[in-house]
Amino acid sequence: MRAHLTRRYWFPASHRLHSERMSAAENRRTYGKCNNPHGHGHNYALEVTVAGPVASRTGMVCDIVELDGFVEREILEPFGYSNLNRLAPFRSKVPTTENLCIEIYQRLERGFHPARVEKVRLEETMLNAFEYAGESDLRGERREGR
Amino acid sequence: MSKKAKAGKNGVVYLTRKAEFAASHYYHNPKLSAAENRRLFGKCNNPLGHGHNYLLEVTVKGKVDARSGFVLDLKELKQILSREVLEAMDHRFLNKEVPEFKHQIPTTENLAIAIWRRLKPRMKRAELDRVRVYESPDLFVDYYGEA
Repeated sequence: MRAHLTRRYWFPASHRLHSERMSAAENRRTYGKCNNPHGHGHNYALEVTVAGPVASRTGMVCDIVELDGFVEREILEPFGYSNLNRLAPFRSKVPTTENLCIEIYQRLERGFHPARVEKVRLEETMLNAFEYAGESDLRGERREGR
Repeated sequence: MSKKAKAGKNGVVYLTRKAEFAASHYYHNPKLSAAENRRLFGKCNNPLGHGHNYLLEVTVKGKVDARSGFVLDLKELKQILSREVLEAMDHRFLNKEVPEFKHQIPTTENLAIAIWRRLKPRMKRAELDRVRVYESPDLFVDYYGEA
């Protein structure tokens, strides 16, 4: 029996949206107030969804303590209370929430093995959110699997 | 490994933007008798209308543009929502002021479909994926298009 488990976390971080490939004017036009050279911050809310069979011995998809430990060590610790632009993944990539969402998904997919990482959802503000499920189609899976 | 590296480049990101609007409506089907309307729609049949704070969630999907790092510009999406939905529906009586509901009952289902049809032709860079309309925190409708 297959189940999907979602755990919610949050971390504060700052960023500035600015692309080296664009002129100052184009950066201002593209990113508006997010281009402010001093940066600004958000409380990012992160939802990690893992999926898998419910183990008959434990009744669980995976041990939440293990998921919490991994997320704490690999995501909240490096990204929380940081300036995202200064971190290695964003030296050559603009730290938009799209790119941050993909980066978090890839860290989980690479390093977390107790259950399959199905989706990462990242809220930048109360009004917007981003979802990434790797190569799989979010909706296709939803229709078949749920 | 190369497959995973590729996923970062080629994967699709879903972006959701929320917007709130307040509107009034009532449910009435002119093809039915007054008694049938009352039975079918209950207190929602009151012709004076009643209102809700609707919460709209619009999801678009697309690949992340390598240059900007965006799926699409959120400012642009906000403007489209404001122009196509909020200006037409916020603080309005849906039955009387929104053309779609002249001959159609403004249920949350029909509202989600109407909003989808307003937004679909405006989406250029990203593909419209889902329109979700909350009539109240306990009730929402999802529409994924005609397919």
